[in-house]
Amino acid sequence: MTVEERGMNDRIKKLRKESTEAVARIDMERAKYFTEAYKEYEGAVSVPELRALALKNYFSKKTLYIGEGELIVGEKGCGPQAAPTFPDLCCHTVEDLHVMNDRDLISFKVNEEDYEFQEKEMIPYWENRSIRHKILDHMTPEWKQAYAAGIFTEFMEQRGPGHTVGSENIYNKGFLEHKADIAKALETLDYIHDPEALDKEAELKGMDIACDAILILAERYAAYAGELADACEDETRKAELLQIAENCRVVPAHKPQTYWQAIQMYWFVHLGVTSELNPWDAYSPGRLDQHLIRFYDRDLEEGILTRDRAKELLECLWVKFNNQPAPPKVGITLKESSTYTDFANINTGGITPDGQDGVNEVSYLILECMDEMKLLQPSSNVQISKRTPQHFLKKACEVSRKGWGQPAFYNTEAIVQELLNAGKSIDDARKGGTSGCVETGAFGNEAYILTGYFNIPKIFELTLFNGYDHMSGQQLGPKTGDVTEFTNYEQLWDAFCKQIDHFLNIKLRGNLVIEKIYAEEMPVPFLSVLTNDCIARGKDYNAGGARYNTSYIQGVGIGTITDCLAAVKYNVFDEKKFTMQELLTAMLDNFEGHEKIYNLVRNKTPKYGNDDAYADDIMKAVFTMYRDKVTGIRNIRGGSYRINMLPTTCHVYFGDVMIASANGRLAHKPVSEGISPEKGADTNGPTAVVKSCSKMDHLSTGGTLLNQKFTPSVVAGEEGLDQMANLIRTYFNLDGHHIQFNVIDRQTLINAQKHPEDYKDLIVRVAGYSDHFRNLSKALQDEIIERTEQSFS
Amino acid sequence: MKADRTTHITDIQKYSIHDGEGIRTTIFFKGCPLRCQWCHNPETQRYDREVFFYEERCTGCGACMQDCPHQAIRYGSEGTDTGKLLAVTDRSLCRACGDCVDSCVNNAREICGRSYTVRELVEEALKDRAFYETSGGGVTLSGGEVLTQDTAYILELVKGLHQRGISVNIDTCGLVDYDVIAKVLPYTNVFLYDLKLMNREEHLRYTGVSNERILENLIRLAKDGGRIWIRIPVIGGVNDTTENMEQTVAFLKENGICPEHIHLLPYHDTGSGKYGRLDRDYQQDFTVPDQETLERLQHIFTDAGFADVRIGG
Repeated sequence: MTVEERGMNDRIKKLRKESTEAVARIDMERAKYFTEAYKEYEGAVSVPELRALALKNYFSKKTLYIGEGELIVGEKGCGPQAAPTFPDLCCHTVEDLHVMNDRDLISFKVNEEDYEFQEKEMIPYWENRSIRHKILDHMTPEWKQAYAAGIFTEFMEQRGPGHTVGSENIYNKGFLEHKADIAKALETLDYIHDPEALDKEAELKGMDIACDAILILAERYAAYAGELADACEDETRKAELLQIAENCRVVPAHKPQTYWQAIQMYWFVHLGVTSELNPWDAYSPGRLDQHLIRFYDRDLEEGILTRDRAKELLECLWVKFNNQPAPPKVGITLKESSTYTDFANINTGGITPDGQDGVNEVSYLILECMDEMKLLQPSSNVQISKRTPQHFLKKACEVSRKGWGQPAFYNTEAIVQELLNAGKSIDDARKGGTSGCVETGAFGNEAYILTGYFNIPKIFELTLFNGYDHMSGQQLGPKTGDVTEFTNYEQLWDAFCKQIDHFLNIKLRGNLVIEKIYAEEMPVPFLSVLTNDCIARGKDYNAGGARYNTSYIQGVGIGTITDCLAAVKYNVFDEKKFTMQELLTAMLDNFEGHEKIYNLVRNKTPKYGNDDAYADDIMKAVFTMYRDKVTGIRNIRGGSYRINMLPTTCHVYFGDVMIASANGRLAHKPVSEGISPEKGADTNGPTAVVKSCSKMDHLSTGGTLLNQKFTPSVVAGEEGLDQMANLIRTYFNLDGHHIQFNVIDRQTLINAQKHPEDYKDLIVRVAGYSDHFRNLSKALQDEIIERTEQSFS
Repeated sequence: MKADRTTHITDIQKYSIHDGEGIRTTIFFKGCPLRCQWCHNPETQRYDREVFFYEERCTGCGACMQDCPHQAIRYGSEGTDTGKLLAVTDRSLCRACGDCVDSCVNNAREICGRSYTVRELVEEALKDRAFYETSGGGVTLSGGEVLTQDTAYILELVKGLHQRGISVNIDTCGLVDYDVIAKVLPYTNVFLYDLKLMNREEHLRYTGVSNERILENLIRLAKDGGRIWIRIPVIGGVNDTTENMEQTVAFLKENGICPEHIHLLPYHDTGSGKYGRLDRDYQQDFTVPDQETLERLQHIFTDAGFADVRIGG
């Protein structure tokens, strides 16, 4: 089967084909020019200035790329699918590069000269000074032990603090105006009464240089487009190139004047943020439809834009997103996020800052673009509010039921309430949305930093064995009691809570160190220019300069842990079907030879996801306990911690480090993902799943993730579409945060696993993002195949 | 009526989107006066509880035999596909007490027909109220045949749901005492009324009963103002004929019956496996009508002026 050609016209088809067929490869230019700047300036200038000078050096010298037919220009590396490295953060060993080059999945081609360059130039300079090295050097033995055993992951050891999204600021001011604001802030520094004045001065100077960096890049692109135009014999293309050159002279120096320039403006900003450092989830335009609508309306009125051209420009932007694979990852970080997707996530619909319906003509254009392009990147979602027209919701459902997971659906009222609960103003809350997978943020105003996944089911496993980890063969947790001597469920619960406390404290202490390292040694002045109120405060995004500063620890496996606790409570304490010792033995034997116990815990115990109060009450207790332990703890940036419930691909890794669990999940098998029930545990259909999930207090989190898998027949026809829309509406009436769908039958997935060559285009929803089925590990493919299929009519 | 009186339910299916308007919960009652040969829910035919036996899951371990208080289970290979010795149930001795279900470690046994009080059923139905409200859905009582269950029980159930603002649809075969229909009518939103065959002898042959009362009841229900959706299972080789459909049209017209919808439900054989689980034979070989036939039959109704005639649903 050949790969399908998609896109609204020949230009887009060509660009899309180039984007999807290019092979992901390592690009050493950023490493080279950053290192060059470090060698020249380090010690002579402040850290923020050093970082900005490094970016400036890169943008002054990097290879430019304007693909034939492109209307939006600029690449992070030297061309589509070229992935820069970030040795300043994580210096790969030569072995790492070999692994990246050779591995079957998520590979990156490495040239011979790259290996040599890494070995001779990069490693000697960065090996002992990269952020990753410093982080790992500062961690306690307990932290390292727990990290290696898979109790938690660490987000910032290979990628920068992330989760931030652009706002309308991008289109309201050019970088020359930002420079003027910075100059004004520098002028008003109070060197007499403000002891932080010197730090602020350094940061502001860094921001100013970062502005110069993007201005230089744009000037170079303007000149390059001009050269290409001179040499171009095709009059139509020549005119386009001249317009591109003109666009690059207007933006990013000035605010955009047209719809086309607005999109180009965003793209320059995106390149700046993601070249400066490699923050988690890249960067996103946020409420793109609302930002673009005024340009769209005006250009249409002036007759310089048509609806088709507007869509074509969006499709060009989609190609640009898709050209950028996520920075190459290794080790545990690769396991927790095993994908090329970099999680740029565009919010469509929702409400306007004054609380009105936010759906406009660009919203529909984005839906059409999403549908036509069918690309992994950018992730696209729709925000559904009470005010969203049913027509728009159904249009989104029509795209979603095609089966590959986009758009995902988010609840606007829940997002706003979550942001208000976290102390945001109503205005900032309404301008917010979700990014990455499902993470709620105040766009343009917040640094909401995910710090790592937390393996809740594993900690229960340790509880059952008095803190001993049978997987790694060591005493990992504290001795919280021999559970075979416990006489009631409450004793077990208390022991579990103590184990949670123990590992949370280890994680939090580690986070403190890591946040401090980033705040002091890895500022991001470019991103700071774009984030309110970094300029006004003279503080970096990584040091608490943003208006809001939140840290997250993401809970994983709520379905598995709920069913484990229910299995013990129901069978050991309530019904006395077997003893605790019998259960532990069965778990250690992976249930082999313990068929009776296996059958009881698998098939005859109340389970989460069935609207059954017995299990759902346990879910609520675990959720509330975890939330209350984390929420409100202060971080180093002047904000505090919150939780969200999502896994990316970490549920596979977290399951792999576990022996069999009390609910009958076998050793090494994935734990449940997001807030979805354990696979096969939910047997009462989608409404029961939605009911169970809605018993969680979503509004006190920063996002939750619910996957539903339907066979195509369930959502077929007008009736199927109507009820899919009603299912979403109801979940959102019940304050659910997010829901997404895979619409595909089991047999197709099994066939695709056997014959990947025949299913090159098959895209499925993984967690808060979609991915090519062929790019998933066997374990993750199996996990998706085994997810409960809602198949009745 | 005693508050703890129960009836047997074989399944409560949520997110039912083809049993009336909106998202519905369909409750399947156990027991039916008809014996349609193509029935895809044979477990809803008898009123008493039964045990489903999943032959492919049984390992012949014998645990159920030891625990059966009626000595109804023994080793055997009759009726099994493989000839392997399995735990075979003597249905004449079995009281469907469920002890074997608890003792089976392989989940090869399942009780068919759980007892519910009215209160339990109402509670279960109310769980999805939020979905009914968004979608205009509600509860559909199906089966088996709901209207041949204990009348006081059913009346209390439909009143209870109605009082709480839940829309109730009743899916009926029509072979019931009209008094029962009259009693539930004030609390029923829509009757999903099944018509199988217009020819009396054919009806008797394929369903075990004559259709006279079914047709009479439909006439009376229409006169009494009941909202009616007609559902016709289209069974290849049985009733997928022009003649049968034209007779149906004539019957509806002659009696001034104007159903809001007519649904042609194509036969499928997904229920055939259930017969084996009940140790019953399913020997009939009906065919699945093709799309062309279905559309031709659909036209017979639309040509006669019936507005909403759907295939499936």
